[in-house]
Amino acid sequence: MNIVVCISSVPDTTSKINFTENGSKFDSSGIQFVINPYDEFGLTKAMMLKEKAGGNVRVITVGDALVEPVMRKALAIGADSAIRINANPTDSYFTANEIAIYLKENPADLIIAGRESIDYNSGAVGGMIAEILNLPFVNACNGLEIDGNSAKLCREIEGGKENLSASLPLVIGGQKGLVEESDLRIPNMRGIMQARSKPLMVIEPSSDENLTSSESFEKPAEKSACKLVEIGNEAELVRLLQEEAKVI
Amino acid sequence: MSQDLYQAPDYFLMDELLTEEHKLIRGAAREWVKREVSPIIEDACQKAEFPKQIIKGLGEIGGFGPYIPVEYGGAGLDQISYGLIMQELERGDSGIRSTSSVQSSLVMYPIWKYGSEEQKMKFLPKLATGEFIGCFGLTEPDQGSNPGGMVTNIKDMGDHYLLNGAKMWISNAPFADVAVVWAKNEKGRIKGVLVERGMEGFTTPETHGKWSLRASATGELVFDNVKIPKDNILPNKDGLGAPLGCLDSARYGIAWGTIGTAMDCYDTALRYAKERIQFGKPIASFQLQQKKLAEMITEITKAQFLTWRLGVLRNEGRATSAQISMCKRNNVDMALNIAREARQILGAMGITGEYSIMRHMMNLESVITYEGTHDIHLLITGMDITGENAFK
Ligand SMILES: Cc1cc2nc3c(=O)[nH]c(=O)nc-3n(C[C@H](O)[C@H](O)[C@H](O)COP(=O)(O)OP(=O)(O)OC[C@H]3O[C@@H](n4cnc5c(N)ncnc54)[C@H](O)[C@@H]3O)c2cc1C
Repeated sequence: MNIVVCISSVPDTTSKINFTENGSKFDSSGIQFVINPYDEFGLTKAMMLKEKAGGNVRVITVGDALVEPVMRKALAIGADSAIRINANPTDSYFTANEIAIYLKENPADLIIAGRESIDYNSGAVGGMIAEILNLPFVNACNGLEIDGNSAKLCREIEGGKENLSASLPLVIGGQKGLVEESDLRIPNMRGIMQARSKPLMVIEPSSDENLTSSESFEKPAEKSACKLVEIGNEAELVRLLQEEAKVI
Repeated sequence: MSQDLYQAPDYFLMDELLTEEHKLIRGAAREWVKREVSPIIEDACQKAEFPKQIIKGLGEIGGFGPYIPVEYGGAGLDQISYGLIMQELERGDSGIRSTSSVQSSLVMYPIWKYGSEEQKMKFLPKLATGEFIGCFGLTEPDQGSNPGGMVTNIKDMGDHYLLNGAKMWISNAPFADVAVVWAKNEKGRIKGVLVERGMEGFTTPETHGKWSLRASATGELVFDNVKIPKDNILPNKDGLGAPLGCLDSARYGIAWGTIGTAMDCYDTALRYAKERIQFGKPIASFQLQQKKLAEMITEITKAQFLTWRLGVLRNEGRATSAQISMCKRNNVDMALNIAREARQILGAMGITGEYSIMRHMMNLESVITYEGTHDIHLLITGMDITGENAFK
C-alpha cells in the first residue's frame, strides 16, 4: 500500500506563544518545533500498516527549510521518503491545494492528515485535499482497518463513535485511537542513521493562491488572581459571581 | 515521582553549534528518558534495584557505544553525539548513565581499540544491543587512586593464563556477561583480560547498602585461579596507559552527563521557585533565591561551552587527558553544588522522592569520586601546568 502522511511542524505544546508586528506575526524565536501530535498518530499508524502489509510511506509538508528537522525525524521514525513543498503556507487552502497538486501527479492509496494542527487549529487541510481530489474523507478518525481495497473506520462523534466503511483511495484526519500514545515511536539509532540517506525532496509550489488571509492574532486575557471568600460570607461570593465575573 | 516536566535550558543558544543530527539524537534520548526512565527511576533507587527492563531501549537509543563503527554494531557517531546522549541519560539518573558509560567507554572502547578482530566480532555487536552487559575492573580493595599498584595478576601456564586477585567497586559487576579486567603479568606489565561469566573460579558478589547510584549495581570481581584462554588477552596495548585511555573516554562522557543533572536540578528549582508562594510572593522574587538560580544558569552555561569545545577537540583527536580531567572535575563539582543549592530552594520538598534533586545529589557523591577523584584531577592539572607530580 502506498501511504502519504501530511506532517505539520508545530510549536512544542509547552512553548510560550507570542506575536510580533502588532500581533500579526508569530514569534518563532526560542520555540522548539515538533511533529504535530495528531500527525504523529497518523505516521505511527502508517508505519504499522506498512509493517503488516508492505508498501511505502511518504511524508509531505508545506514549509520552508526550518521544518526540515521535523521531516528528518519522520524519516528516522521510519518513513521511506519526504517531500517538502518550499513555501510558507498562507492558509489551509494553499496547503491543501499544493499537497493535492503533488498527489495528482504522485497518487497514494491512503492519505493521512491530522484532524487539526495544534498551532492554527483550522482542521481543514485533510478535507480540502479530499475535495480537490474528489476522494472520500473521514475526519477525527480514531480507528482504521484496511482489507484489500476497502477500509473500516471509526470516527469520534459527540458522546460516542460512528463506524464507517469506505473504499481506497481515501483521506483521513487522524487522531489518538488510530494508535495509542504508548505506540508512538522514538527514533532509534538505526533509524537516525538510515534517515541520513533517505530522500528529502524539495519541490517549488505551483501557485500562490489563498482564499483567506489572517489580519492579526490575540491571546486570551491574562487570568486574574484567585479570590478567596471566607466561610460564612456566601453573600459576597454570590455578589462577586454576579457583578464581577458576570457568570450568574 | 511527579510528572517529568523537564525543559532544557539553553541560555547562550548553544543549539546553534549543533548539527541537525545532533539535535535529533539528543531529542530521541531525551524523549526516551522521559518515557522509560523518569516513571520508574525513583522506585528503582528506593529499592536499590537496577532496572533491567530498560537495557534493550538503552541500546536502541545509542546508549551502548554510539561511536563504535557500524561494522561492529555501533552507530559510528561523533563524540558530541556521544556526549549529548550521556547528558540526557544522566539528566534522568547518574546510575543509568554509569551503566551506559561503563559499557561504552570502559568495555566496548578497549575491545575496539586494543582487541583482536575476533574479539571485536565476538563481543562488540552483542554489547551494542545490550544482549551482553560488560564491566571494567581496575580498582582493588587496596588500590583506588593508585591503580598502578594493583596486585591482581596473570601467570603464563603455557596454553592458558591463571588469573588471581580481586577488584572492588565495579559497576555492572553483579550481572555482567564479560569483564574487562586489568592485571599484571609476571613482568609487572598491566594487561587487559576478558573474563567471561561462567569461567570457573570467577564470582561477582554485589555491594549492598549504598546511599548513592542506587539504580546502578556495584560489586566485586573475585578471581580464584581462573583459567583464561590466551585468546582472551587484549593484544594491542598494555601498560597503565591502556586503562587510562578508556578512562579518558568515560570521563569525557561524565563531563557531559553531569551537565544533564545540573540542568535538571536548575529546571526543577526554577519552576518550583516561580510557583511556591511565601510571604505572599513567589520565592523566585526574593534576591537570595535569584542569586542561587542566576549562579546556576551561569555555571551551567560555562560548563556547556567548555564541554562542547572539548567535544570538538576530541572529534579532531586533539583533546588531552589533562583537558578531560579539568572538564570532568569542573562539571561534577558544578553539578553537585547546583544540586545542593537547588535542594534548598525546594525546602522540605527537596528531600523527597517527589523531585529528582536529592537523588541526583546523592548520585553525584559517587561521580565526584569515581573515574579519578576530585583531588586527583586537580593534581593532574597541577602537574600539567607545572611539570611537577604532586600525587606520587
Ligand atoms: C559507585 C561506584 C562505582 C565505581 N565503579 C567502578 C568501576 O566500574 N570500575 C573500577 O575500576 N572502579 C570503580 N569505582 C572505584 C573508583 O574509581 C574509586 O573509588 C576511585 O578511584 C577512588 O579510589 P578509592 O575509593 O580507593 O579512594 P582512595 O584512592 O583511597 O582515596 C581516598 C581519598 O584520598 C585522596 N587521595 C588519594 N591519593 C591522593 C594523593 N596522592 N594526593 C591527594 N589526595 C589523595 C582521594 O582524593 C580521596 O579523597 C567505583 C566507585 C564507586 C563509588
